[in-house]
Amino acid sequence: MSNNFKIMWHQGKQYIPDVTTAKVPGIFRGRPIISTVKVNEDTLVDICPTHAISANPVCIDLGKCTFCGECAILFPEKIFFAKDCKLATNQRSRLIVREGEDKPVTLDPDMVRGEIKRIFGGSLKLRQVSAGGDNSCEMELNATNNVNFDMSRFGIDFVASPRHADGLVITGPITANMAEPLERCYNAVPNPKIIILAGTDAISGGIFADSPALNREFLYRHTIDLYVPGNPVHPLTFINGVLSLLRK
Amino acid sequence: MENVTIHNNTTIALSEIPELAYDEFMEGNLGLLSEKPERHCVLYFGYRKEELLRLICCLADDETHLIHISSSIVNPSTVLPSFTAQNANFEKFERELHENFGLKYADHPWLKPLRYPYNRFDLSQTMENYPFCRSESEELHEVGVGPIHAGIIEPGHFRFICNGEQIMHLEIQLGYQHRSIEQLFIEKKKLLERTTLAENIAGDTTIGHTTAFVNLWESLCDFTPERSLSFARTLAQELERIAIHTGDLSGICTDIGYQLGNSVYGRLRTPIINFMQEWGGNRFGKGLIRAGKINYPFTPKLAERLQTILKAYEPDFDEITDKFFHLPSTLSRMEKTGVVSYGKVLEIGTVGMAARMSGLNRDIRTSHPYNLYGSTIVHEPILKHHGDVYSRVQIRKQEIKQSIGYIRTLLENVPEFSNTENPILTPGSDKFVLSLAEGWRGEICHAAITDASGNLIAYKIKDPSHHNWKALAEAVQNNEISDFPICNKSFNLSYSGHDL
Repeated sequence: MSNNFKIMWHQGKQYIPDVTTAKVPGIFRGRPIISTVKVNEDTLVDICPTHAISANPVCIDLGKCTFCGECAILFPEKIFFAKDCKLATNQRSRLIVREGEDKPVTLDPDMVRGEIKRIFGGSLKLRQVSAGGDNSCEMELNATNNVNFDMSRFGIDFVASPRHADGLVITGPITANMAEPLERCYNAVPNPKIIILAGTDAISGGIFADSPALNREFLYRHTIDLYVPGNPVHPLTFINGVLSLLRK
Repeated sequence: MENVTIHNNTTIALSEIPELAYDEFMEGNLGLLSEKPERHCVLYFGYRKEELLRLICCLADDETHLIHISSSIVNPSTVLPSFTAQNANFEKFERELHENFGLKYADHPWLKPLRYPYNRFDLSQTMENYPFCRSESEELHEVGVGPIHAGIIEPGHFRFICNGEQIMHLEIQLGYQHRSIEQLFIEKKKLLERTTLAENIAGDTTIGHTTAFVNLWESLCDFTPERSLSFARTLAQELERIAIHTGDLSGICTDIGYQLGNSVYGRLRTPIINFMQEWGGNRFGKGLIRAGKINYPFTPKLAERLQTILKAYEPDFDEITDKFFHLPSTLSRMEKTGVVSYGKVLEIGTVGMAARMSGLNRDIRTSHPYNLYGSTIVHEPILKHHGDVYSRVQIRKQEIKQSIGYIRTLLENVPEFSNTENPILTPGSDKFVLSLAEGWRGEICHAAITDASGNLIAYKIKDPSHHNWKALAEAVQNNEISDFPICNKSFNLSYSGHDL
């Protein structure tokens, strides 16, 4: 037993005391800042593998961006990826970052359904569904509950059964082969319920957007409560996104 | 049998691959494999040639470091004798040919759908009507698990036939993750698009798959990478191995119910993936590996930082490992659980950890070296002989230590990084190229064929999980169903890598 205490002691303090102010170590390609410098916009638009960049004015759609950073390498005077990891919002159009703007991505408070804070404010149980996800987003969602990020301190947990859940977290571009299991899982979650899209693949299909093997109809039928960009989503992006949805 | 032999990452003219009559092709390849455990099939696939189908078979010989390639042109509507009836290595490859092109086999023992691609030959085959092995016995019962599992993992369906708590049979139905990646490789023309696709084949093996792709692409474009590029790929590969193995040890502790191990291994993974973040801006290494260049040079400062991280990692890892490997309660869950014998892994043709756990020496880092393997790093595969959960866990433990050693060797001589410019890479025309890499799971194989104008006409990806899923089904036989999670985690196979 003494040995166990020794092991625990040797780990030191691993948890991040305040995830709302924590910084991601090293370089992190978070919220892009686009300057008003004139560059060859055709080349800029053309290099993006997921058509996330549009011209005149230059915009980057974080719902499509894979955060590969290639545009910032080729046009460092035009695009800079800031370390800001708070990228989640509840309105799809707010994921589009325009040139000359440098303001944080936030939620539209008017669009947050009243029952979300009232019912889920103290406790939110989520069921995750991977629908073509490549296992990187899934691993990062697992990491939200490790000893570093410890999301359950906020009463937010992932649960095994949709019957125990208050909402779904979807990762992956939603393959045709997963469309039905996803719908059935959603139907098994009791009302009221929320839907969170985690990762670029889930939000727009990402690099798979024009794959004929997808079936994204689920998204047309239901209201999305939170978009969390990233490839994969960083645990801090996810936790902060959900916290701002719950207005904690 | 007439065949052409190449080394790993070699490009040859497509016309160099001999075209044989199917009988000769089959007899020849099966003959090459017969009684030769050092040889196995790394890839067997087909591509359309007008109305016909050209089958290409690639057998790797681990002793000679050569890959034997041969081909045969068949009419997809004829009924053929199967390789599988004589050698189970080909089971999934032939199921894939059947599913994609409607190729008929007279004597394939298990000709079931593999991954339900959107453009499968027979669209009447659907996820809902998969022909599961059934039992009519009143004493046995069936347990269905998935596609959505209890944890945060990828989807797949497991169907158990049990006698009480004991598993008699497990059948695994996959395909839920199918995104048509191979087709997208052909349709998307830009290099960055293809690299991004490679990064997303299996996100837990980003480095492994992207390395296989860029090595292949550089060979196809007749581009020789500088040492710095090979250095970065080798280093990233070993970092990925440490990170995922550590995470797996954490997962195995969870499945045993050993909370301390789960927390400590879980948090030990963090500094390693955070280092990937510091180096390339992504915890999984997305954006790091690029053909012909690197956007994030490995600086001496990063080298120093990595030394510090490993120095802090090692004592904590050793301490918890010493505890974990000496607890009777954890050992009793791992020893003799989920056993696959040497004979069985050889029959299935497993690769990577799932081969080395039972004494079958398969490791591309020694058998078909690439990047800095075989030169700066002379790899000695770690072999175990019991083929149980404990063997797989021991391999992880020892490979982590080994990778730390390799990284220290690499850090002794950090090359200058200069190439951050986009090189001009033009694929050769009418070529065939094959690339093998040893990811943390095992052997990754990518192959490409180009037409007369250098456009891709076939791109083939094989994740090690392709071979190894069958080993999981074998491993759980006669075990308690409650031991399924630990067996599953000890293999930790990829769904997306299999479904593509």
